[in-house]
Amino acid sequence: MYAQMVKSEASKDDPDKLAAFQARIDAGDKIEPKDWMPAGYRKTLIRQIGQHAHSEIVGQLPEGNWITRAPTLERKAILLAKVQDEAGHGLYLYCAAETLGVSRDELTEMLLDGRMKYSSIFNYPTLTWADMGAVGWLVDGAAIMNQVPLQRTSFGPYSRAMIRICKEESFHQRQGYDIMMKMCQGTDAQKRMAQDAMNRFWYPALMMFGPSDKDSVHSAQSMTWKIKMNTNDELRQKFVDQTVPQAEYLGLTIPDPDLVWNDDKGGYDFSEPDWSEFFDVIQGNGPCNTERLAARNKAWDDGAWVRDGLMAHAEKRAARKVAAE
Amino acid sequence: MRDALFEFLCRMGDNTLVLGHRVSEWCGHAPVLEEDIALANTALDLIGQTQMWLGLAAEVEGADRSADDLAMLRDVWDFRNLLLVEQPNGDFGQTMMRQFLFDAWHLLMLQALTDSTDTRIAAIAAKAVKEAQYHLERSADTVIGLGDGTAESHRRMQAALDLLWPYVGEMFVADAVDDSLCAAGIAPDPATLRAAYEARIQTVMAEATLTLPDTGFAHQGGRTGRQHSEHLGHLLTQMQWLQRAYPGATW
Ligand SMILES: [Fe+2]
Ligand SMILES: [Fe+2]
Ligand SMILES: [Fe+2]
Repeated sequence: MYAQMVKSEASKDDPDKLAAFQARIDAGDKIEPKDWMPAGYRKTLIRQIGQHAHSEIVGQLPEGNWITRAPTLERKAILLAKVQDEAGHGLYLYCAAETLGVSRDELTEMLLDGRMKYSSIFNYPTLTWADMGAVGWLVDGAAIMNQVPLQRTSFGPYSRAMIRICKEESFHQRQGYDIMMKMCQGTDAQKRMAQDAMNRFWYPALMMFGPSDKDSVHSAQSMTWKIKMNTNDELRQKFVDQTVPQAEYLGLTIPDPDLVWNDDKGGYDFSEPDWSEFFDVIQGNGPCNTERLAARNKAWDDGAWVRDGLMAHAEKRAARKVAAE
Repeated sequence: MRDALFEFLCRMGDNTLVLGHRVSEWCGHAPVLEEDIALANTALDLIGQTQMWLGLAAEVEGADRSADDLAMLRDVWDFRNLLLVEQPNGDFGQTMMRQFLFDAWHLLMLQALTDSTDTRIAAIAAKAVKEAQYHLERSADTVIGLGDGTAESHRRMQAALDLLWPYVGEMFVADAVDDSLCAAGIAPDPATLRAAYEARIQTVMAEATLTLPDTGFAHQGGRTGRQHSEHLGHLLTQMQWLQRAYPGATW
Protein backbone atom coordinates (compact mmCIF):
# COMPACT_ATOMS: atom_id res chain seq x y z
CA MET A 1 0.00 0.00 0.00
CA TYR A 2 1.33 3.32 -0.95
CA ALA A 3 -0.91 5.73 0.84
CA GLN A 4 0.15 4.67 4.27
CA MET A 5 0.02 7.88 6.18
CA VAL A 6 -2.52 9.99 4.41
CA LYS A 7 -4.68 12.03 6.68
CA SER A 8 -8.05 13.20 5.51
CA GLU A 9 -9.30 16.69 5.98
CA ALA A 10 -12.12 18.03 8.04
CA SER A 11 -14.47 20.12 5.98
CA LYS A 12 -15.47 23.77 5.95
CA ASP A 13 -17.56 23.44 2.81
CA ASP A 14 -21.22 24.39 2.25
CA PRO A 15 -23.32 21.70 4.00
CA ASP A 16 -25.86 21.43 1.14
CA LYS A 17 -23.19 20.86 -1.43
CA LEU A 18 -21.50 18.40 0.89
CA ALA A 19 -24.70 16.42 1.34
CA ALA A 20 -25.31 16.31 -2.40
CA PHE A 21 -21.70 15.22 -2.94
CA GLN A 22 -21.99 12.48 -0.36
CA ALA A 23 -25.24 11.31 -1.95
CA ARG A 24 -23.46 10.90 -5.28
CA ILE A 25 -20.70 8.90 -3.66
CA ASP A 26 -23.16 6.71 -1.81
CA ALA A 27 -25.00 6.09 -5.07
CA GLY A 28 -21.72 4.83 -6.56
CA ASP A 29 -21.23 7.78 -8.94
CA LYS A 30 -17.72 8.54 -10.12
CA ILE A 31 -16.52 12.03 -9.30
CA GLU A 32 -14.82 13.63 -12.31
CA PRO A 33 -12.26 16.46 -12.21
CA LYS A 34 -14.72 19.17 -13.32
CA ASP A 35 -17.32 18.20 -10.72
CA TRP A 36 -17.67 20.11 -7.48
CA MET A 37 -15.81 18.43 -4.64
CA PRO A 38 -15.04 19.34 -1.02
CA ALA A 39 -11.65 20.98 -0.52
CA GLY A 40 -10.70 18.20 1.86
CA TYR A 41 -11.56 15.51 -0.69
CA ARG A 42 -9.34 17.21 -3.25
CA LYS A 43 -6.51 17.72 -0.79
CA THR A 44 -6.62 14.17 0.54
CA LEU A 45 -6.66 12.73 -2.95
CA ILE A 46 -3.74 14.85 -4.09
CA ARG A 47 -1.74 13.57 -1.17
CA GLN A 48 -2.80 9.98 -1.60
CA ILE A 49 -2.35 9.80 -5.38
CA GLY A 50 0.88 11.81 -5.18
CA GLN A 51 2.24 9.53 -2.51
CA HIS A 52 1.33 6.52 -4.58
CA ALA A 53 2.98 8.02 -7.68
CA HIS A 54 6.15 8.82 -5.72
CA SER A 55 6.21 5.24 -4.45
CA GLU A 56 6.19 3.91 -8.00
CA ILE A 57 9.09 6.21 -8.86
CA VAL A 58 11.22 5.56 -5.81
CA GLY A 59 10.26 1.90 -6.12
CA GLN A 60 12.34 1.71 -9.29
CA LEU A 61 15.49 2.03 -7.21
CA PRO A 62 15.54 -1.14 -5.06
CA GLU A 63 14.77 -3.25 -8.11
CA GLY A 64 16.97 -1.24 -10.44
CA ASN A 65 19.69 -2.22 -7.99
CA TRP A 66 19.61 -5.76 -9.45
CA ILE A 67 18.94 -5.17 -13.14
CA THR A 68 22.64 -5.06 -13.94
CA ARG A 69 23.23 -8.21 -11.90
CA ALA A 70 20.27 -10.31 -13.04
CA PRO A 71 21.45 -13.92 -13.39
CA THR A 72 20.08 -14.69 -16.87
CA LEU A 73 19.05 -12.75 -19.95
CA GLU A 74 15.44 -13.72 -19.39
CA ARG A 75 15.46 -12.57 -15.77
CA LYS A 76 17.08 -9.32 -16.81
CA ALA A 77 14.40 -8.75 -19.44
CA ILE A 78 11.58 -9.54 -17.02
CA LEU A 79 12.97 -7.23 -14.36
CA LEU A 80 13.51 -4.43 -16.88
CA ALA A 81 9.94 -4.81 -18.06
CA LYS A 82 8.73 -4.70 -14.49
CA VAL A 83 10.64 -1.58 -13.57
CA GLN A 84 9.46 0.03 -16.79
CA ASP A 85 5.89 -0.78 -15.76
CA GLU A 86 6.44 0.87 -12.38
CA ALA A 87 7.64 4.07 -14.05
CA GLY A 88 4.54 3.88 -16.24
CA HIS A 89 2.37 3.56 -13.14
CA GLY A 90 4.01 6.68 -11.78
CA LEU A 91 3.10 8.46 -15.00
CA TYR A 92 -0.58 7.42 -14.91
CA LEU A 93 -0.84 8.46 -11.30
CA TYR A 94 0.81 11.85 -11.81
CA CYS A 95 -1.65 12.40 -14.65
CA ALA A 96 -4.54 11.49 -12.34
CA ALA A 97 -3.21 13.91 -9.71
CA GLU A 98 -2.83 16.66 -12.32
CA THR A 99 -6.58 16.55 -12.97
CA LEU A 100 -6.94 17.85 -9.40
CA GLY A 101 -4.93 20.96 -10.19
CA VAL A 102 -1.40 20.11 -9.10
CA SER A 103 1.42 19.71 -11.60
CA ARG A 104 3.84 16.82 -11.79
CA ASP A 105 6.74 19.19 -11.22
CA GLU A 106 5.14 20.55 -8.05
CA LEU A 107 4.58 17.05 -6.74
CA THR A 108 8.14 16.11 -7.65
CA GLU A 109 9.54 19.09 -5.77
CA MET A 110 7.54 18.04 -2.71
CA LEU A 111 8.94 14.53 -2.91
CA LEU A 112 12.48 15.78 -3.32
CA ASP A 113 12.43 18.20 -0.40
CA GLY A 114 10.68 15.72 1.88
CA ARG A 115 7.29 17.43 2.15
CA MET A 116 5.64 14.38 0.58
CA LYS A 117 6.23 10.74 1.47
CA TYR A 118 6.46 7.49 -0.43
CA SER A 119 5.87 3.97 0.81
CA SER A 120 8.11 2.93 3.70
CA ILE A 121 8.88 -0.38 1.98
CA PHE A 122 11.24 1.21 -0.54
CA ASN A 123 13.54 2.32 2.24
CA TYR A 124 14.66 -1.26 2.78
CA PRO A 125 17.70 -2.59 0.91
CA THR A 126 17.68 -5.33 -1.73
CA LEU A 127 20.68 -7.45 -0.82
CA THR A 128 20.44 -10.66 -2.81
CA TRP A 129 18.74 -11.88 -5.97
CA ALA A 130 16.08 -13.51 -3.77
CA ASP A 131 15.01 -10.01 -2.80
CA MET A 132 13.76 -9.56 -6.38
CA GLY A 133 11.55 -12.55 -5.71
CA ALA A 134 10.45 -11.28 -2.30
CA VAL A 135 9.69 -7.81 -3.61
CA GLY A 136 7.56 -9.13 -6.46
CA TRP A 137 5.79 -11.69 -4.33
CA LEU A 138 5.30 -9.78 -1.09
CA VAL A 139 5.58 -6.10 -1.98
CA ASP A 140 3.66 -6.20 -5.24
CA GLY A 141 1.37 -8.69 -3.51
CA ALA A 142 0.61 -6.23 -0.72
CA ALA A 143 0.21 -3.43 -3.27
CA ILE A 144 -2.36 -5.48 -5.18
CA MET A 145 -4.24 -6.20 -1.98
CA ASN A 146 -4.61 -2.46 -1.51
CA GLN A 147 -5.13 -1.48 -5.12
CA VAL A 148 -7.75 -3.98 -6.23
CA PRO A 149 -10.44 -2.35 -4.04
CA LEU A 150 -9.23 1.10 -5.12
CA GLN A 151 -10.37 0.27 -8.65
CA ARG A 152 -13.81 1.10 -7.21
CA THR A 153 -12.69 4.35 -5.60
CA SER A 154 -14.98 7.36 -6.06
CA PHE A 155 -12.60 9.59 -8.03
CA GLY A 156 -12.84 8.64 -11.71
CA PRO A 157 -9.26 9.28 -12.89
CA TYR A 158 -7.82 7.46 -9.86
CA SER A 159 -10.12 4.52 -10.34
CA ARG A 160 -9.20 4.24 -14.02
CA ALA A 161 -5.47 4.48 -13.25
CA MET A 162 -5.91 1.69 -10.70
CA ILE A 163 -7.64 -0.55 -13.23
CA ARG A 164 -4.72 -0.23 -15.63
CA ILE A 165 -2.15 -0.66 -12.87
CA CYS A 166 -3.74 -3.74 -11.31
CA LYS A 167 -3.49 -5.68 -14.56
CA GLU A 168 0.27 -5.27 -14.54
CA GLU A 169 0.77 -5.74 -10.81
CA SER A 170 -0.61 -9.27 -10.79
CA PHE A 171 1.96 -10.15 -13.45
CA HIS A 172 4.69 -8.68 -11.22
CA GLN A 173 3.56 -10.79 -8.31
CA ARG A 174 3.59 -13.98 -10.35
CA GLN A 175 7.10 -13.25 -11.58
CA GLY A 176 8.28 -12.63 -8.05
CA TYR A 177 6.78 -15.87 -6.87
CA ASP A 178 8.41 -17.66 -9.78
CA ILE A 179 11.84 -16.33 -8.73
CA MET A 180 11.19 -17.55 -5.18
CA MET A 181 10.13 -20.94 -6.49
CA LYS A 182 13.37 -21.35 -8.41
CA MET A 183 15.39 -20.29 -5.38
CA CYS A 184 13.53 -22.65 -3.06
CA GLN A 185 14.04 -25.57 -5.42
CA GLY A 186 17.69 -24.62 -5.91
CA THR A 187 20.99 -25.04 -4.11
CA ASP A 188 21.46 -24.61 -0.36
CA ALA A 189 22.83 -21.13 -0.97
CA GLN A 190 19.74 -20.19 -2.96
CA LYS A 191 17.42 -21.53 -0.27
CA ARG A 192 19.33 -19.54 2.29
CA MET A 193 18.93 -16.39 0.19
CA ALA A 194 15.20 -17.03 -0.12
CA GLN A 195 14.69 -17.51 3.61
CA ASP A 196 16.82 -14.48 4.38
CA ALA A 197 14.71 -12.38 2.01
CA MET A 198 11.56 -13.68 3.69
CA ASN A 199 12.98 -12.80 7.11
CA ARG A 200 13.83 -9.26 6.08
CA PHE A 201 10.71 -8.44 4.01
CA TRP A 202 7.90 -10.02 6.05
CA TYR A 203 7.34 -7.29 8.61
CA PRO A 204 8.09 -4.38 6.26
CA ALA A 205 5.47 -5.89 3.91
CA LEU A 206 2.94 -5.96 6.75
CA MET A 207 3.74 -2.32 7.45
CA MET A 208 2.73 -1.40 3.92
CA PHE A 209 -0.91 -1.39 5.03
CA GLY A 210 -0.24 1.40 7.49
CA PRO A 211 -0.75 1.58 11.23
CA SER A 212 -3.38 -0.39 13.05
CA ASP A 213 -6.95 0.94 12.73
CA LYS A 214 -7.07 1.93 16.36
CA ASP A 215 -4.14 4.33 15.71
CA SER A 216 -5.37 5.50 12.36
CA VAL A 217 -7.80 8.22 13.33
CA HIS A 218 -8.23 9.73 9.91
CA SER A 219 -9.47 6.80 7.91
CA ALA A 220 -13.17 7.23 8.68
CA GLN A 221 -13.66 10.30 6.47
CA SER A 222 -11.65 8.72 3.66
CA MET A 223 -13.79 5.62 3.83
CA THR A 224 -17.00 7.67 3.71
CA TRP A 225 -15.63 9.38 0.62
CA LYS A 226 -14.59 6.03 -0.88
CA ILE A 227 -11.02 7.18 -1.18
CA LYS A 228 -10.14 4.33 1.09
CA MET A 229 -12.16 1.16 0.65
CA ASN A 230 -10.99 -1.06 3.51
CA THR A 231 -9.35 -0.53 6.86
CA ASN A 232 -5.62 -1.13 7.26
CA ASP A 233 -6.18 -4.11 9.52
CA GLU A 234 -8.69 -5.75 7.17
CA LEU A 235 -6.23 -5.59 4.30
CA ARG A 236 -3.32 -6.77 6.44
CA GLN A 237 -5.34 -9.78 7.61
CA LYS A 238 -6.28 -10.63 4.03
CA PHE A 239 -2.66 -10.38 2.98
CA VAL A 240 -1.46 -12.68 5.75
CA ASP A 241 -4.19 -15.22 5.00
CA GLN A 242 -3.26 -15.24 1.34
CA THR A 243 0.50 -15.34 1.87
CA VAL A 244 0.93 -18.00 4.55
CA PRO A 245 -0.09 -20.95 2.33
CA GLN A 246 2.13 -19.59 -0.46
CA ALA A 247 5.09 -19.50 1.92
CA GLU A 248 4.31 -23.02 3.07
CA TYR A 249 4.22 -24.19 -0.53
CA LEU A 250 7.67 -22.68 -1.03
CA GLY A 251 8.94 -24.32 2.14
CA LEU A 252 9.78 -20.96 3.70
CA THR A 253 9.31 -20.15 7.36
CA ILE A 254 7.48 -16.95 8.21
CA PRO A 255 9.52 -15.19 10.89
CA ASP A 256 6.69 -15.10 13.40
CA PRO A 257 6.60 -17.79 16.11
CA ASP A 258 3.08 -16.69 17.09
CA LEU A 259 1.58 -17.18 13.67
CA VAL A 260 -1.29 -19.62 14.08
CA TRP A 261 -4.56 -20.42 12.34
CA ASN A 262 -7.58 -19.19 14.28
CA ASP A 263 -10.65 -21.25 13.46
CA ASP A 264 -13.06 -18.79 15.09
CA LYS A 265 -12.14 -15.87 12.90
CA GLY A 266 -11.27 -18.01 9.91
CA GLY A 267 -7.89 -16.38 9.55
CA TYR A 268 -4.41 -16.37 10.99
CA ASP A 269 -3.39 -14.74 14.23
CA PHE A 270 -0.05 -13.04 13.71
CA SER A 271 2.37 -10.65 15.39
CA GLU A 272 2.14 -6.97 14.67
CA PRO A 273 5.18 -5.39 13.06
CA ASP A 274 7.36 -3.20 15.23
CA TRP A 275 5.50 0.08 14.78
CA SER A 276 8.30 2.12 16.28
CA GLU A 277 10.48 0.92 13.40
CA PHE A 278 7.71 1.93 11.00
CA PHE A 279 7.54 5.46 12.39
CA ASP A 280 11.32 5.70 12.30
CA VAL A 281 11.30 4.77 8.62
CA ILE A 282 8.49 7.23 7.85
CA GLN A 283 10.43 9.95 9.62
CA GLY A 284 13.48 9.36 7.48
CA ASN A 285 15.45 6.88 9.54
CA GLY A 286 14.96 3.72 7.52
CA PRO A 287 18.04 1.88 6.26
CA CYS A 288 17.89 3.48 2.80
CA ASN A 289 15.93 6.73 3.15
CA THR A 290 18.99 8.87 2.66
CA GLU A 291 20.19 6.99 -0.42
CA ARG A 292 16.77 6.83 -2.04
CA LEU A 293 16.07 10.53 -1.71
CA ALA A 294 19.63 11.41 -2.65
CA ALA A 295 19.34 9.27 -5.78
CA ARG A 296 16.09 10.96 -6.80
CA ASN A 297 17.48 14.41 -6.08
CA LYS A 298 20.63 13.66 -8.06
CA ALA A 299 18.60 12.38 -11.02
CA TRP A 300 16.48 15.54 -10.94
CA ASP A 301 19.40 17.94 -10.50
CA ASP A 302 21.63 16.22 -13.06
CA GLY A 303 18.71 16.17 -15.48
CA ALA A 304 18.00 19.91 -15.25
CA TRP A 305 20.15 20.77 -18.26
CA VAL A 306 18.41 18.08 -20.29
CA ARG A 307 14.93 19.32 -19.44
CA ASP A 308 16.00 22.91 -20.09
CA GLY A 309 17.69 21.97 -23.35
CA LEU A 310 14.71 20.08 -24.72
CA MET A 311 12.37 22.88 -23.66
CA ALA A 312 14.55 25.51 -25.33
CA HIS A 313 14.62 23.46 -28.50
CA ALA A 314 10.85 23.05 -28.52
CA GLU A 315 10.47 26.81 -28.14
CA LYS A 316 12.94 27.53 -30.94
CA ARG A 317 11.13 25.12 -33.20
CA ALA A 318 7.78 26.65 -32.43
CA ALA A 319 9.19 30.12 -33.10
CA ARG A 320 10.68 28.99 -36.42
CA LYS A 321 7.34 27.52 -37.40
CA VAL A 322 5.56 30.78 -36.63
CA ALA A 323 8.20 32.74 -38.57
CA ALA A 324 7.76 30.46 -41.56
CA GLU A 325 3.99 30.93 -41.65
CA MET B 1 32.40 -21.06 -42.22
CA ARG B 2 30.88 -22.19 -38.94
CA ASP B 3 33.59 -20.33 -37.00
CA ALA B 4 33.04 -17.16 -39.01
CA LEU B 5 29.31 -17.40 -38.54
CA PHE B 6 29.67 -17.90 -34.80
CA GLU B 7 32.02 -14.94 -34.63
CA PHE B 8 29.61 -12.74 -36.55
CA LEU B 9 26.64 -13.72 -34.37
CA CYS B 10 28.65 -12.92 -31.25
CA ARG B 11 29.43 -9.50 -32.71
CA MET B 12 25.74 -8.80 -33.20
CA GLY B 13 24.69 -10.25 -29.85
CA ASP B 14 27.51 -8.73 -27.83
CA ASN B 15 26.72 -5.27 -29.19
CA THR B 16 23.14 -5.50 -28.00
CA LEU B 17 24.09 -7.21 -24.74
CA VAL B 18 26.70 -4.68 -23.72
CA LEU B 19 24.72 -1.65 -24.86
CA GLY B 20 21.55 -3.03 -23.27
CA HIS B 21 23.45 -3.41 -20.01
CA ARG B 22 24.81 0.13 -20.19
CA VAL B 23 21.40 1.62 -20.93
CA SER B 24 19.84 -0.38 -18.08
CA GLU B 25 22.27 1.30 -15.66
CA TRP B 26 20.05 4.38 -16.01
CA CYS B 27 17.06 2.72 -14.47
CA GLY B 28 15.49 5.10 -11.96
CA HIS B 29 18.04 7.86 -12.56
CA ALA B 30 16.90 9.52 -15.81
CA PRO B 31 16.25 13.27 -16.17
CA VAL B 32 12.47 12.83 -16.62
CA LEU B 33 10.03 10.01 -16.11
CA GLU B 34 9.40 9.60 -19.83
CA GLU B 35 13.13 9.00 -20.30
CA ASP B 36 13.19 6.39 -17.55
CA ILE B 37 10.48 4.56 -19.43
CA ALA B 38 12.12 5.00 -22.82
CA LEU B 39 15.57 3.92 -21.63
CA ALA B 40 14.16 0.83 -19.94
CA ASN B 41 12.28 0.08 -23.13
CA THR B 42 15.41 0.42 -25.25
CA ALA B 43 17.39 -1.80 -22.89
CA LEU B 44 14.61 -4.35 -22.97
CA ASP B 45 14.59 -4.45 -26.78
CA LEU B 46 18.36 -4.83 -26.85
CA ILE B 47 18.35 -7.67 -24.33
CA GLY B 48 15.60 -9.37 -26.33
CA GLN B 49 17.72 -9.09 -29.47
CA THR B 50 20.68 -10.49 -27.53
CA GLN B 51 18.67 -13.58 -26.67
CA MET B 52 18.04 -14.14 -30.38
CA TRP B 53 21.58 -13.49 -31.61
CA LEU B 54 23.40 -15.36 -28.88
CA GLY B 55 20.80 -18.12 -29.00
CA LEU B 56 21.62 -18.65 -32.65
CA ALA B 57 25.34 -18.31 -31.95
CA ALA B 58 25.09 -21.08 -29.38
CA GLU B 59 23.17 -23.25 -31.83
CA VAL B 60 25.70 -22.65 -34.59
CA GLU B 61 28.59 -23.38 -32.28
CA GLY B 62 27.09 -26.74 -31.30
CA ALA B 63 29.23 -26.90 -28.16
CA ASP B 64 26.38 -27.36 -25.71
CA ARG B 65 26.48 -23.74 -24.57
CA SER B 66 23.37 -21.59 -24.19
CA ALA B 67 22.86 -17.91 -24.87
CA ASP B 68 23.14 -17.36 -21.11
CA ASP B 69 26.42 -19.27 -21.01
CA LEU B 70 27.78 -17.02 -23.73
CA ALA B 71 26.59 -13.88 -21.95
CA MET B 72 27.55 -14.82 -18.43
CA LEU B 73 30.58 -17.08 -18.70
CA ARG B 74 32.87 -15.61 -21.35
CA ASP B 75 35.69 -13.31 -20.35
CA VAL B 76 36.65 -10.00 -21.94
CA TRP B 77 38.79 -11.42 -24.75
CA ASP B 78 35.89 -13.49 -26.06
CA PHE B 79 33.54 -10.52 -26.35
CA ARG B 80 33.06 -9.14 -29.84
CA ASN B 81 31.15 -5.89 -29.31
CA LEU B 82 32.19 -2.54 -30.70
CA LEU B 83 34.30 -0.45 -28.35
CA LEU B 84 31.65 2.26 -28.68
CA VAL B 85 28.97 0.36 -26.77
CA GLU B 86 31.14 -0.51 -23.79
CA GLN B 87 32.03 3.14 -23.16
CA PRO B 88 30.57 4.44 -19.87
CA ASN B 89 27.26 6.27 -19.81
CA GLY B 90 28.68 9.65 -18.81
CA ASP B 91 25.93 12.23 -18.62
CA PHE B 92 22.57 11.74 -20.33
CA GLY B 93 23.86 13.53 -23.42
CA GLN B 94 26.80 11.17 -23.75
CA THR B 95 24.48 8.20 -23.38
CA MET B 96 22.16 9.49 -26.07
CA MET B 97 25.01 10.39 -28.41
CA ARG B 98 26.42 6.87 -28.03
CA GLN B 99 22.94 5.51 -28.69
CA PHE B 100 22.48 7.60 -31.82
CA LEU B 101 25.89 6.72 -33.26
CA PHE B 102 25.08 3.06 -32.67
CA ASP B 103 21.45 3.14 -33.80
CA ALA B 104 22.32 4.78 -37.12
CA TRP B 105 24.70 1.90 -37.87
CA HIS B 106 22.49 -0.76 -36.33
CA LEU B 107 19.51 0.08 -38.49
CA LEU B 108 21.55 -0.07 -41.70
CA MET B 109 23.13 -3.34 -40.64
CA LEU B 110 19.81 -4.93 -39.75
CA GLN B 111 18.21 -3.71 -42.97
CA ALA B 112 21.00 -5.37 -44.93
CA LEU B 113 20.67 -8.56 -42.88
CA THR B 114 16.99 -8.91 -43.70
CA ASP B 115 18.29 -10.04 -47.14
CA SER B 116 20.72 -12.55 -45.66
CA THR B 117 20.96 -15.91 -47.41
CA ASP B 118 20.83 -17.43 -43.94
CA THR B 119 17.10 -17.41 -43.25
CA ARG B 120 17.63 -17.60 -39.48
CA ILE B 121 19.62 -14.37 -39.59
CA ALA B 122 17.13 -12.72 -41.93
CA ALA B 123 14.32 -13.62 -39.51
CA ILE B 124 16.08 -12.14 -36.48
CA ALA B 125 16.96 -9.01 -38.43
CA ALA B 126 13.37 -8.60 -39.59
CA LYS B 127 12.20 -8.62 -35.98
CA ALA B 128 14.95 -6.34 -34.70
CA VAL B 129 14.79 -3.82 -37.52
CA LYS B 130 11.48 -2.34 -36.32
CA GLU B 131 12.89 -1.77 -32.87
CA ALA B 132 16.08 -0.27 -34.26
CA GLN B 133 14.06 2.10 -36.43
CA TYR B 134 12.24 3.36 -33.36
CA HIS B 135 15.45 3.65 -31.33
CA LEU B 136 17.02 5.71 -34.07
CA GLU B 137 14.08 8.08 -34.31
CA ARG B 138 14.24 8.69 -30.58
CA SER B 139 17.99 9.04 -30.26
CA ALA B 140 18.21 11.31 -33.32
CA ASP B 141 15.43 13.52 -31.94
CA THR B 142 17.18 13.76 -28.60
CA VAL B 143 20.55 14.59 -30.15
CA ILE B 144 18.87 17.30 -32.21
CA GLY B 145 16.87 18.63 -29.27
CA LEU B 146 19.85 18.86 -26.97
CA GLY B 147 22.33 19.99 -29.63
CA ASP B 148 19.99 22.81 -30.63
CA GLY B 149 18.78 23.51 -27.08
CA THR B 150 20.53 25.77 -24.58
CA ALA B 151 24.18 26.82 -24.67
CA GLU B 152 24.91 24.28 -21.97
CA SER B 153 23.12 21.40 -23.67
CA HIS B 154 24.87 22.29 -26.92
CA ARG B 155 28.26 22.31 -25.23
CA ARG B 156 27.63 18.95 -23.59
CA MET B 157 26.45 17.33 -26.82
CA GLN B 158 29.45 18.63 -28.74
CA ALA B 159 31.73 17.23 -26.02
CA ALA B 160 29.94 13.87 -26.26
CA LEU B 161 30.34 13.82 -30.04
CA ASP B 162 34.03 14.73 -29.79
CA LEU B 163 34.57 11.98 -27.25
CA LEU B 164 32.69 9.23 -29.08
CA TRP B 165 33.36 9.94 -32.75
CA PRO B 166 36.70 8.09 -32.78
CA TYR B 167 34.78 4.91 -31.85
CA VAL B 168 32.65 5.05 -35.00
CA GLY B 169 35.23 3.96 -37.58
CA GLU B 170 35.46 0.46 -36.13
CA MET B 171 31.97 -0.29 -37.45
CA PHE B 172 33.18 -0.22 -41.05
CA VAL B 173 36.48 -2.09 -40.96
CA ALA B 174 36.18 -5.52 -42.58
CA ASP B 175 38.24 -8.54 -41.63
CA ALA B 176 38.40 -12.17 -42.80
CA VAL B 177 35.15 -12.97 -40.97
CA ASP B 178 33.32 -10.28 -42.89
CA ASP B 179 34.93 -11.33 -46.16
CA SER B 180 33.74 -14.90 -45.92
CA LEU B 181 30.21 -13.99 -44.77
CA CYS B 182 29.95 -11.38 -47.48
CA ALA B 183 31.06 -13.85 -50.13
CA ALA B 184 28.33 -16.26 -48.98
CA GLY B 185 25.68 -13.52 -49.02
CA ILE B 186 25.10 -13.92 -45.30
CA ALA B 187 26.11 -10.42 -44.20
CA PRO B 188 27.08 -7.19 -45.95
CA ASP B 189 30.61 -5.90 -46.32
CA PRO B 190 30.67 -3.39 -43.44
CA ALA B 191 32.39 -0.78 -45.59
CA THR B 192 29.35 -0.60 -47.86
CA LEU B 193 27.27 0.83 -45.03
CA ARG B 194 29.52 3.82 -44.53
CA ALA B 195 28.16 6.23 -47.11
CA ALA B 196 24.56 5.92 -45.94
CA TYR B 197 25.71 6.15 -42.33
CA GLU B 198 27.63 9.34 -42.86
CA ALA B 199 24.78 10.89 -44.80
CA ARG B 200 22.44 10.22 -41.90
CA ILE B 201 24.91 11.50 -39.32
CA GLN B 202 25.53 14.70 -41.27
CA THR B 203 21.84 15.46 -41.61
CA VAL B 204 21.22 15.00 -37.91
CA MET B 205 24.33 16.87 -36.80
CA ALA B 206 23.42 19.79 -39.05
CA GLU B 207 20.00 19.99 -37.44
CA ALA B 208 21.59 19.60 -34.04
CA THR B 209 24.03 22.42 -34.87
CA LEU B 210 26.90 20.11 -33.93
CA THR B 211 30.23 19.83 -35.73
CA LEU B 212 31.70 16.48 -36.69
CA PRO B 213 35.27 16.24 -35.44
CA ASP B 214 37.86 16.66 -38.14
CA THR B 215 39.49 13.30 -37.57
CA GLY B 216 39.38 10.01 -39.39
CA PHE B 217 41.01 8.24 -36.47
CA ALA B 218 39.31 5.04 -35.35
CA HIS B 219 39.89 3.09 -32.15
CA GLN B 220 39.70 -0.60 -32.95
CA GLY B 221 39.87 -3.96 -31.23
CA GLY B 222 36.35 -4.51 -29.91
CA ARG B 223 34.65 -6.41 -32.68
CA THR B 224 37.75 -8.54 -33.27
CA GLY B 225 38.32 -8.99 -29.54
CA ARG B 226 41.96 -8.04 -29.94
CA GLN B 227 41.89 -5.25 -27.38
CA HIS B 228 38.83 -4.01 -25.49
CA SER B 229 38.81 -0.93 -23.30
CA GLU B 230 39.27 -1.28 -19.55
CA HIS B 231 35.57 -0.57 -19.07
CA LEU B 232 34.33 -3.90 -20.34
CA GLY B 233 35.90 -5.94 -17.55
CA HIS B 234 34.11 -3.90 -14.91
CA LEU B 235 30.84 -4.25 -16.74
CA LEU B 236 31.26 -8.04 -16.89
CA THR B 237 32.22 -8.17 -13.23
CA GLN B 238 28.79 -6.88 -12.40
CA MET B 239 26.78 -8.60 -15.09
CA GLN B 240 28.28 -12.04 -14.55
CA TRP B 241 28.63 -11.97 -10.80
CA LEU B 242 25.79 -14.26 -9.77
CA GLN B 243 26.60 -16.92 -12.35
CA ARG B 244 30.25 -16.83 -11.37
CA ALA B 245 29.68 -16.81 -7.62
CA TYR B 246 27.13 -19.65 -7.67
CA PRO B 247 28.17 -21.88 -10.58
CA GLY B 248 25.60 -24.32 -11.88
CA ALA B 249 22.62 -22.85 -10.03
CA THR B 250 19.30 -22.42 -11.84
CA TRP B 251 17.65 -19.03 -11.52
FE1 LIG C 1 3.81 -0.83 -7.21
FE1 LIG D 1 3.37 -0.35 -9.75
FE1 LIG E 1 4.57 -3.68 -9.42
